[in-house]
Amino acid sequence: MEFDLHMALVILAAAAATFGTRIGGYILITRMKSIPPRMEAALNAVPAAVLTTLVAPAFFIGGWDSKLALIVALFVGLRFTHTWMLIAAWIAVMIWRHTAGV
Amino acid sequence: MTRADFVEGLRGGSAVALASAPFAALFGALAVENGMSLPEIAFMSATVYAGASQMVGIELFGHNVHAWLIVLSILAVNFRHVLYSAALARYIGHFTPVQKFFTFFLLVDPQFAEAVKRSEAGKPLTFAWYFGFGIIIYIPWVLISVAGGMLGGFIGDPKAIGLDILLPAYFLGIVLGFRKRDNFLPVALVSAVASVLAYRYVGSPWHVSLGAAAGIVLAALLPLPSQEPDLEADALQSEVHEV
Repeated sequence: MEFDLHMALVILAAAAATFGTRIGGYILITRMKSIPPRMEAALNAVPAAVLTTLVAPAFFIGGWDSKLALIVALFVGLRFTHTWMLIAAWIAVMIWRHTAGV
Repeated sequence: MTRADFVEGLRGGSAVALASAPFAALFGALAVENGMSLPEIAFMSATVYAGASQMVGIELFGHNVHAWLIVLSILAVNFRHVLYSAALARYIGHFTPVQKFFTFFLLVDPQFAEAVKRSEAGKPLTFAWYFGFGIIIYIPWVLISVAGGMLGGFIGDPKAIGLDILLPAYFLGIVLGFRKRDNFLPVALVSAVASVLAYRYVGSPWHVSLGAAAGIVLAALLPLPSQEPDLEADALQSEVHEV
């Protein structure tokens, strides 16, 4: 159980970089007096645009098990809560892997 | 009021804490495999506090690459947070500088999504709520990543117990929460296609920044809505995190 100094410094640099991104947008936007409507439209699109990029590659690069699970999650998510989505995705992937093989 | 908000934050955040627990454990397990010690794991979870970048970090620690490259990759993976903090600025003008520091430190994907949703539902975004929501995710994140490190040897293949599907499914749930917004479908489709292409031809983690940029640029270029969007319906639509 050692605590390597070099590793600690790299982790701190990573933490600083992360915090930089977490405050950077705020600093940028508060320098501007008002938000132009097109920029507002862009900002409104941020969450969906970014989070989609965390899902889409997983869907296309993943195997049929992942594809099926995400499709199931999508349909469950249209009707039920987030937690049920996760449970449905997990059940789908487990059924697939333990019947059709991985 | 403040206390009630804090408790409400705790309640909402605990669902996220539950959903993120497997990933904290997974991070710890993978970190041990990449040669990190338990104190280092705790230190990383407590200071970086970002699932995706911690995964990228340990991936690169294992390959002995230069520190600047690790930091650059983490910047790329986290670039979305620049956009988050810009979008959040509208709602936190009344926070003190110290509160803002904690606000940005705790700014993870679900925290952002829920904060925006709450603001758009017409509820005031209080620091008490935000901090309650964040701290109940943060503390388990650190503790469970250490526990995952301890269990590292026993998890074996995360695919065998279906852990690998939870992260994309979780993000898909947040995406669905925004489906009532202006231009949601074109933005999501363009981001999806662009991110897959970037993943193939540029490589991870750039697919996040490039894919998102495509969708955001599209949103900026599309005709502006003639009326204020019904954001309250949007928020009510996605009443997630009810465990």
